[in-house]
Amino acid sequence: MLARTADNIYWVSRYLERADFLARLIEASNRISALPTTYAAKQDEWTSVLIASGADETFPKHFDVANEANVIAYLAFDPRNLSSIRSCIEFARTNARAVRTALTVEMWEHINSAWIKLKAFEQRHSDPTAIDREALIGFLDFVKETSSLYDGFGYRTMLRNDIYYFARLGVSLERADNTARVLDVKYQLLLPEHEPLGGSVDYFQWSAILRSVSALTAYHWVYRESIKPWNVADLLILRQEMPRSLIHCTSEVVRWLDAIGNQYGRHGNAQRQARAIQRKLENASIKEIFQSGLHEFVDGFITENNGLANAIAEQYLLG
Amino acid sequence: MSQGFFDEMTNGATDPRAIYSGVADWLRAAPPEILDARREQAELLFRKIGITFAVYGDKEAAERLIPFDIIPRLLGADEWARLEAGLIQRVKALNMFLTDIYGRQEVLKAGIIPPDLVFRNECYRPEMQGHRAPHDIWTHIAGIDIVRVDDEDFYVLEDNCRTPSGVSYMLENREMMMRLLPGLFAGHAVLPVDNYPDNLLASLRSAAPPHCADDPRIVILTPGQFNSAYYEHSFLADKLGVELVEGRDLTVRDDIVYMKTTEGEKRVDVIYRRVDDDFIDPLVFRPDSVLGAAGLMGAYLAGNVTLANAPGAGVADDKAVYTYMPDIIRFYLGEEPKLKNVATWRCREQDALKYVLEHLSELVVKEVNGSGGYGMLVGPHASKEQIETFRQKLLSDPDGFIAQPTLSLSTCPTSFQGGVAPRHVDLRPFVLSGADGVRIVPGGLTRVALKEGSLVVNSSQGGGTKDTWVLATNAK
Repeated sequence: MLARTADNIYWVSRYLERADFLARLIEASNRISALPTTYAAKQDEWTSVLIASGADETFPKHFDVANEANVIAYLAFDPRNLSSIRSCIEFARTNARAVRTALTVEMWEHINSAWIKLKAFEQRHSDPTAIDREALIGFLDFVKETSSLYDGFGYRTMLRNDIYYFARLGVSLERADNTARVLDVKYQLLLPEHEPLGGSVDYFQWSAILRSVSALTAYHWVYRESIKPWNVADLLILRQEMPRSLIHCTSEVVRWLDAIGNQYGRHGNAQRQARAIQRKLENASIKEIFQSGLHEFVDGFITENNGLANAIAEQYLLG
Repeated sequence: MSQGFFDEMTNGATDPRAIYSGVADWLRAAPPEILDARREQAELLFRKIGITFAVYGDKEAAERLIPFDIIPRLLGADEWARLEAGLIQRVKALNMFLTDIYGRQEVLKAGIIPPDLVFRNECYRPEMQGHRAPHDIWTHIAGIDIVRVDDEDFYVLEDNCRTPSGVSYMLENREMMMRLLPGLFAGHAVLPVDNYPDNLLASLRSAAPPHCADDPRIVILTPGQFNSAYYEHSFLADKLGVELVEGRDLTVRDDIVYMKTTEGEKRVDVIYRRVDDDFIDPLVFRPDSVLGAAGLMGAYLAGNVTLANAPGAGVADDKAVYTYMPDIIRFYLGEEPKLKNVATWRCREQDALKYVLEHLSELVVKEVNGSGGYGMLVGPHASKEQIETFRQKLLSDPDGFIAQPTLSLSTCPTSFQGGVAPRHVDLRPFVLSGADGVRIVPGGLTRVALKEGSLVVNSSQGGGTKDTWVLATNAK
């Protein structure tokens, strides 16, 4: 397969996964900001959302205040933000269009339709800072649905060959990065000394973290107890059965890279690096992670995951 | 009803022509809302599939739909048989002409056409002189534009020997009709066209260089997703099951073409290129082009890769060469042409130029090297200023133009919001030439001029398309 095709397929997946993550992140933050002020976090919610989405550096160029309306407008609808939801959908569609022959008809038509709907939405709402909550919720649902359906169509209709593997690889790698970013921004809330006695104000922050990676229900199934910050960290980092945990995403990355390597009969740097990250996670315990520093651990993961993305690009994509 | 035009449904009579009786009955019975609803459905589907078309010089319309008309255009088996025989004859002659021009030039020695028409032609490629295209095939994919003016004759309006487009619309229009009007479709014995991609693949395979014994690697070369015909390029790659490459995916080393894949470089044997000659190789043609690959021409001339269509094939579809096609057919095949040529004044000839200048308001004037309906004058529809502009153009460069009578293009019933009216149509059948013969699927792309009275069917000029049904039954 063409290196350019692989590159495009991989990035369609990454962009749609990112769009899905941003939608969940905005939803979760919306809940927090709707809480009465006595529950408000010490850290400003909308600033932390900007950091988690990696938009904190460019945002101040376009807006003075990081309030709800501005941040949502920037993260969801702003074409000047290259990682906004609308940019992600547009880039995904552009990439898909460049390689539509590698996608199944269902996948292409779905993403093309999503792009058409996005354009229609933008026409109805010319001022993105004035979008009411109802319209916003409809939009975020649409975004999550777009990503899920694309995934689902791929799962149901694609040949199981390298094209499929690169599509899955994009999802897993992006997902790992997203989960790690949430952890990186919110790690202070998860440190054990942070649990106040009695009813916790932070409870809602923890549940918001879980929501942003759609793990709230999963948490209860896994731990069968009320939300404890170290459990949240454990779930998002070390639980294999949790689809957005770092360890699960990394295992998936290893799996798809192996599938690619097997098909081509050659394994390289990307496979080796992925396996090293996986081994580190497998050998870790949440206790040790807290002892040696949650922040350092997550930071290290983000750096290594980025390094892996570079190795993949070098080995298979456009370099 | 337009006066003085052959209407393919009625031929000016109250009763429809026999092959159109089914369509006429259906039009009479179908409530207008149904037609409107089907038309809207078609548009929605086309947009969803992404069958779009870019119009150059129009930023707003970066991705526009070509309007699709749901009333089919019908041809009888007898009409098609005549047309098909004429197309095969014509394309054979075109390939022989190209082999000759870049070879022994017998046609010039015999004085059939003036040499300067060839050598001063922008599409003539001196780099190809003395080179034999693999299997002597130059125009693997030809689109021959056909019009009819009565229920007998077909005229060739234009030969397209370079990179004719539109075949994806032929195929998608058929799918659309089967989906939207299954009853009407089933009531007619329509000859299928969906084997076109298989035919194309077979033709391209047969044209592979001799070194690939059994399994040539075929690719389609596209200028990229901002090209107006990008949808078609990706559509064909998909149907053929071949890679859709861009220039940046290709590298040439030691006269061998490779594409960059996830498993390293892979050798390429046949390139169905949808990039014009000028852009395929910056070392030979336009140095600023990034759409091709440096060294591609070298690989081609070394015989290591087949380019379809061959570089330089455009010299045969020039509008000035067109006027000599009947003689060219006689010269190579010793046969009378089966398809007529439209009477043409070559403005390079003094008498013709004089006549054309005196009759500009009645004639269609075309640039010899133009295409896509750009740079032409339709006298009867032109303003005084436009005519004056063309008069100056003609005077300063008479060699660059030909003129034709305003043809009474046939009309077909066409559906609009709230009604049905006749509109002018043409037909572009696609003729495939391989080492193993000529292949044509029955039909082609019917283009329709949607503006009342308009004779310009090009999609870049607001034309639409129809499905073309070649029936198993005869028209007469």
